[in-house]
Formats: sequence, structure tokens, C-alpha cells
Amino acid sequence: MRIFASLRIAGRALLRNKMRSLLTMLGVIIGVGAVIGSVSLTSGATKQVEDQVSSLGESVITVFSGNFTSGGMRGGWGSAPTLTVADADAIASLKNVVAISAEVRDREQVLANGLNWNTQVMGESTDYPQIRNWTIAAGSMFSEQDVRALAKSAVIGKTVADELFPNENPIGQTIRIRNLPFLVVGLLGSKGFNLFGQDQDDVVVVPYSSHMHRITTRTFVNDILVEAANDKVIDAVQQDITDLLLARHRSKEQDFTVRNQLELMQAVTATSRTMGFLLAGVAAVSLVVGGIGIMNIMLVSVTERTREIGIRMAVGARAADILVQFLIEAVTLSAIGGVIGIALGMGFSTMIAHIQHLPMVTPVTWIVIAVVSSAVIGIISGFYPAWKASKLDPIDALRYE
Amino acid sequence: MPPNPVIKLDAIHKVYHTGEVDVHAVRGISLEIFPGAFVAIMGSSGSGKSTLMNMIGALDRPTGGHYWLDGIDVSTLGRDALADVRNEKIGFVFQGFNLLSRTSARENVEMPMLYHRHRISAAEQHARAMTALELVGLGPRAGHHPNQLSGGQQQRVAIARALVNRPTLLLADEPTGNLDSQTSIEIMGVFQKLNDQGITIIMVTHELDVARYTKRMVILRDGQIVTDELVPNRSDAETELRKLRTAQQAVKLADA
Repeated sequence: MRIFASLRIAGRALLRNKMRSLLTMLGVIIGVGAVIGSVSLTSGATKQVEDQVSSLGESVITVFSGNFTSGGMRGGWGSAPTLTVADADAIASLKNVVAISAEVRDREQVLANGLNWNTQVMGESTDYPQIRNWTIAAGSMFSEQDVRALAKSAVIGKTVADELFPNENPIGQTIRIRNLPFLVVGLLGSKGFNLFGQDQDDVVVVPYSSHMHRITTRTFVNDILVEAANDKVIDAVQQDITDLLLARHRSKEQDFTVRNQLELMQAVTATSRTMGFLLAGVAAVSLVVGGIGIMNIMLVSVTERTREIGIRMAVGARAADILVQFLIEAVTLSAIGGVIGIALGMGFSTMIAHIQHLPMVTPVTWIVIAVVSSAVIGIISGFYPAWKASKLDPIDALRYE
Repeated sequence: MPPNPVIKLDAIHKVYHTGEVDVHAVRGISLEIFPGAFVAIMGSSGSGKSTLMNMIGALDRPTGGHYWLDGIDVSTLGRDALADVRNEKIGFVFQGFNLLSRTSARENVEMPMLYHRHRISAAEQHARAMTALELVGLGPRAGHHPNQLSGGQQQRVAIARALVNRPTLLLADEPTGNLDSQTSIEIMGVFQKLNDQGITIIMVTHELDVARYTKRMVILRDGQIVTDELVPNRSDAETELRKLRTAQQAVKLADA
């Protein structure tokens, strides 16, 4: 028997009982819809995190001072001042390091224009915007010369600019930090909120030298940002940094912590991944339930159509023809259910993504998995009823009322 | 030299094992039927005629003896081979028509071609189905569904379906059992016309009136042949129909 003819017979049989076919499909529709919906939402959330991390710079390595287990006492990142500007300079000369920035952080009250604002004041190197993938919206970054000269130059974030210079061009204006006048030389492009909900634009960036000698009086930096040449060499660069700093600090124990953005991202996305797998698991269970529904209806259908099976056998249908006919019917049911489920799942997740302002991700792999698994479910749940139909005796089947 | 028989039964037995008692439905029937024959198999219920019919129709296998259909020993074939024999060698006409509901007459007629071992193109299926329907006088009704057709028309569709794979043998099981007397005569007329064209027909019936349209009567009792004779004073469907109409006319005139 030709597959095309079988498809036509199956289609007609399913159309004969539209309501029943639809209800039978519902199990698969809900199962597939739930899988696709949950997976695409989870991938959306993961994508958002990835986007944010890549906005921080994918090949960026951060060296924090202090270590979880430093000196037998568990402190934490930044808990002990161990990194110096000299460390940063040494790292800068390592292979595959394209940019570094020694970073010093402090919260300060900043005054300007008769207004004041409490903000994060960062001491950085000139490479900072490059490392953070940060654009300068107006003016320019302070220069290498500024760093050497402990210049009182500052680059400010958009939030700070809005707070201190509403309706005014901040470039060329003066802001006061601890009563020292800093000249605003640049305005950073807007970066929005980071993974932890902090406003990244609420910042003033000054040369680390100025920060360490003029604003605070520090000899240690909080951390060192390092940009590797590309994300393939990250591991090697991380190892080089660790070896270098261990040698420089002459300590057996690591008094610093080296992390890259990828590790950070994995930590943040782990939760949403777990959640996604859980949802997909629940959805898979409902897919199985849908398969049982199909098997049930196919069994009813075989009983109902015993006479038809008898007629087909009498005119020469082989057992295999009958088997294929009912299998195709079951597979058609579950495949159509799968397609509707995919459409519903995508529609639902698009809606949620729109409301939640999440990026929309089409989980192509999962769509393929859903289509294949719903077809497989059709075959599995259709096989027993189809086999039962094919084993009927034509004489009994013809006599069946 | 006589032609090879279409059907050759050699001491056919059929025993059903139902529980502890063995039912010996057919006890050694031998029979030869030649091309162009029109045979009625008769007998009361329990005479074994349905069992014999199922075996001739390759729906069932004998438990003893041999059955050659068109030179093939059907009694030794497996399930799939039997299905192929039914498809290519035999056309079935049933008492209850056995058409697929909600499927047009033409598609019902096309059904046996779907299961043919050699692929038949859709266009050819269509053409052959139409030819078969025209042969039974239902060409214009090809698109109708069985529930839109009368009993006689449905049986004609079933006959067209039986003929569409050009079988060696047309097998009819009580074909007029569900029809009124006038329609029965019409259907017998269709069979007579087909037989005149050379198609071999075997018909199971318990009505002598119907059997009288055939050429040869085989009467069974208790699984054995008791009578096998040519039909004397064979009825002709056209004549009978004319007689019936005249009678109806007379009744109408008498009422008036």
C-alpha cells in the first residue's frame, strides 16, 4: 500500500471524529507546548544573562585581592589588601594580555553645580572602557599622561551626569570629590543595570593614581581587570596570572582570587537552567500521558472499525497494510498535536518574553526534539492497537456488528 | 480438451475445534468449476455452505484436502499470500454490501487497487473505478456516498468493487438477502450479464428463486454435496422483470 493512500485514509478517519481527534491531541499539545514554552523562556533568561556578561567583556579576567581560605581564615574576595599597582604592571607584560586596569573603588559624596550625589568613585587605568566594552558618549577618556601625573580628571556615568548636570553639558565642568576639583573630560555611554540590579551608570571614573593618592590614601588596589586576547586563551592567561602572583607574593597560599566572566555567568545561569530542566521534566511527563491518551483512543477506534478492517482484508489488504494504516493514524494525531503544541508554546513564550522584556530565543534543537519525540510517541502508542487490528481474523472481522 | 478448472476442490475438510467438541463443518467436498460457470451453492443453515464459501474465498484454509484456484494450491498458502490471492483472483460481494461509509462510491471501488501488489497510478485507479461503475450502471453516481444510495445501488457499487481488479472469480454471499424482490431480480440481471461476458460466478444462497438464475446448483447438507445438477428452466432476469412490471400494472388497473 502506498504511504500517500494511507495518509489519505488516516486523514479521513481523523476528520470523521473531529472533536475526538482534537481531544486526543490535547495531551500531546499540552506536553509539547509546555516543553517548548519552558525551554524557550529559560533560554531567553539565560540569553539575557549572557548578553549582560558579554557586555562586561567575555574575555575579561578579574583578579580579586584576598581568598576564601587566606591564612586559615575564610575572608572573601577583597577581604585582604594584597594586590598592588606593581602586580598590575607585571600582569600587563604577560603573554596574551591585551589590556589591564588596576581598580580602586570607593563611595563618595560628589558635589557640582550646587547639587550633590553619593556615588561609586572608581580609580581605573586608561584601558578601562576597552575592557568593559564601554563607549565614551561625549568627550574622551583621561590619558596615560593623566594617570602618571595624578591628574584631577574624571569621566562620569550617565546617571551622575543627569543628577549633577540636569539639562547641561557636563563636559568641561568641575565636580568636587572630598573637596578636590576634578575636571569632567568624558561622559560614558549608558550601560543600564547589571546582573545584580546595580545601576552601572551611577559611577565616576578617575585615574587610579589620583584615586589612591588624592581621594584615598591607599597602597593596594581592590582588584585588577585583565583582558585576554580572546576567549580561547582565557584559561592559559588565568594560569599565568596565578603563577606570576604566587611568585611575586612569595606565599604558599593564594592570597588572591582569579575569576573570569564565564564562571560568573555559569553561576548565575545555573539556577535558571535547573528550573528549566525541572519544567521540561514535568512537561515530558505530560507528553507521556498524552501518548497514553492516543493509545486509548486508537484501541477504541480499532474496535469500532473492526468491520472496516474485515472489508479491507477481504479485498486483499495484508496484515502489514492494516498495521501501517493505524500506525499512520496515531502518528498523524501526535505529529499534528506536536506542531500545534510548538505553535502554542512559542506563542506563549513570546508573550511572556514581551511582557517581561526578556530576549526571545527560538529553541531550534528543542523544536526538533519535540517533533521527533511526538512522532515516536505516536509510533509507540499506536503500535499495540495497530498490531491488534492487523491480527484480526478477516472472517470474524466481517461478521462483527 | 476441456479448459483448466478455475476451481478444483479435492476432498476438502474443515474441522472447527470449539471447546471439547470438534465440529466437522465440511466433510470431503470435491468440486470442479470451469471458466464461464455460474454456480449456486445452496443449503440450509449449518449445511457448511458458509464455511465452504470462506475457503473458496481464500479467507480460510481447509483442515484437509486441497484447493486449487486458477492452478494455485491455495490450501497451503500463508496469510499474506492469501491476502494477495483475494486481491488479485477473487471479487467479493456480500449480503450486507460492506461498503465503507462516508467514502464515495468511486473511492469504495478504488479500494482493492490500493492493496494491489503492483502499483496502480491514481489516474488509472480512477479510470478503472469509473469503468467498473459504468459497467453496473452507476457511472453518474460515482461521487455519492453509500448512505445516499439505495440498497440495490449499494450492491451494484459492491459488484463494481469486486470486479475492479479483474478477478478470475466473482464470489457472492447471499447478494440479494437484504434486497426487495424487484431489486433482487435487477441484481441477478447484473450477474447474468457479467456471466454472459465470461466472468465465472459462484453464489451462496438459500433461496431457490434466486438460485434459478444461475446455470448450476450445488446443494449441501451436513457438509457434503447431496445434489449437483444443471438448473432446469433457468430464469432470465429481463423476462422476470417484464412479468413483474406487468403484474404491478395489473394491480394498479384493478385498483383504479
